[in-house]
Amino acid sequence: MASPMLVPPDVEEVRDRATARAFVDTYVAPGANDFEQKGRLPEALLERMSAAGLWAPFLPADIGGAGVDMVTLGEIHEEVGRGCSSVRSLLTVHTMVSWALQRWGTPVQLERWAGALAAGETLGAFCLSEPDAGSDAAGIRTAAVEAEGGGWVLNGRKKWITNGQRADLYLVFARTANSIGAFLVPRSTPGVQVRPISEILGTRASMLAELTFNDVVLDEHALLGPSGFTAGMVLTGTLDLGRYSVATGSVGIIQACLDACAAYASERKVGGVLLRDLPLIQAKVSDMVTDVRAARMLCAEAGRLKDAGEASTIMATWVAKYFASTAAARHASEAVQIHGANGFGSEYPVARLYRDAKVMEIIEGSNEIQRITIAGEAYREMKQ
Amino acid sequence: MSDTVKDQVLAFVRGRYPQVEITESQDIFQLGFVNSLFAMELVMFVEKTFGVTIPNNELRIDNFRSADSMAELVDRLSSAAVAQG
Repeated sequence: MASPMLVPPDVEEVRDRATARAFVDTYVAPGANDFEQKGRLPEALLERMSAAGLWAPFLPADIGGAGVDMVTLGEIHEEVGRGCSSVRSLLTVHTMVSWALQRWGTPVQLERWAGALAAGETLGAFCLSEPDAGSDAAGIRTAAVEAEGGGWVLNGRKKWITNGQRADLYLVFARTANSIGAFLVPRSTPGVQVRPISEILGTRASMLAELTFNDVVLDEHALLGPSGFTAGMVLTGTLDLGRYSVATGSVGIIQACLDACAAYASERKVGGVLLRDLPLIQAKVSDMVTDVRAARMLCAEAGRLKDAGEASTIMATWVAKYFASTAAARHASEAVQIHGANGFGSEYPVARLYRDAKVMEIIEGSNEIQRITIAGEAYREMKQ
Repeated sequence: MSDTVKDQVLAFVRGRYPQVEITESQDIFQLGFVNSLFAMELVMFVEKTFGVTIPNNELRIDNFRSADSMAELVDRLSSAAVAQG
């Protein structure tokens, strides 16, 4: 667990889009290119996020949260994604771990972890992907074996773990005798090894790591959620929320592209004419305006369905994430195009947005998997 | 109440898979279409529609095997909630 933080006195609580925007414009967006170049987020920023109550505001008040609804949470994550996808990535995985704990946790697990996760004193990371298994969750090899006398012994490797370098608590998915289980693994547990992954394409400050678990001994309270056939629901439910966060973060990327392009096109001239007056540039900008609105509405729909407890939120979230991530990748490419050679450098944000956007089409279910699932939804509703 | 629960569960399953013929006692897991996505949807549907929270120890395959077994689960959870209330 991280040492107790010193709360900066000047940080306002983040509870909605407006306060999130103010926080991001003050502490996140101005440093985003620098974070990327350094390959990590500064501790001071993480502490400010804790002070702002930004890590898990959706948790109920009785376990340390603020009871923020899912629509509002999506708006907060969009704003953070507009400022820096690496920061949003940390929020996403912390949200997934915190939500899973709140949804499936026993009283003992909640007592151990909920308060610290809500306060950001303990940061969580979601550990599913392995060297040979990503979207194909059924292919994971990490295994947990029940120990004699209770508890578990965990062995295996996880790769591409967002915030794996810095997180204090890992939610590790592993094979059990009859299913896949989710295990709460403190980073400090003997046998846990962390190897940073550097020189990645996008979200370069998200502190990715490869984790190795060598005979990691866990107590009987490590398994989160049910065992047996419904164990897959822990994974499904947690990924659903992660997908929602990535979708909203993708909306943030499109908005950042739009903001950057509108500003650049309003100052840059070609042959004495501002870029903003050229029809081909107007076409690109108008598509960004249209898609950011559409993506935002899809995310809001998914959020409303989550708040209502409707089962249809899962498919709505798939659709929102597919639309928003593909639109983000498309518009980030066009944003670089609008900036010309300037789009390649670090003076503007668009090169970073371009790199970050690509990752959104892969994480929390690749776009190919998304399209299979979305098509399956269409087929299953067809009458024979 | 159970008949209503059964009817609503059957309506939900038929709504998701209109091509499937299913009865109250039929094992939906033997129909071949249940995956983790549908299992999650089923749990969310039961909790939302009948106003119950399904604890971890009730998330067993036998409780979701048929409309009959889901109705029994809802009755059991509703009775427990009334007793506690």
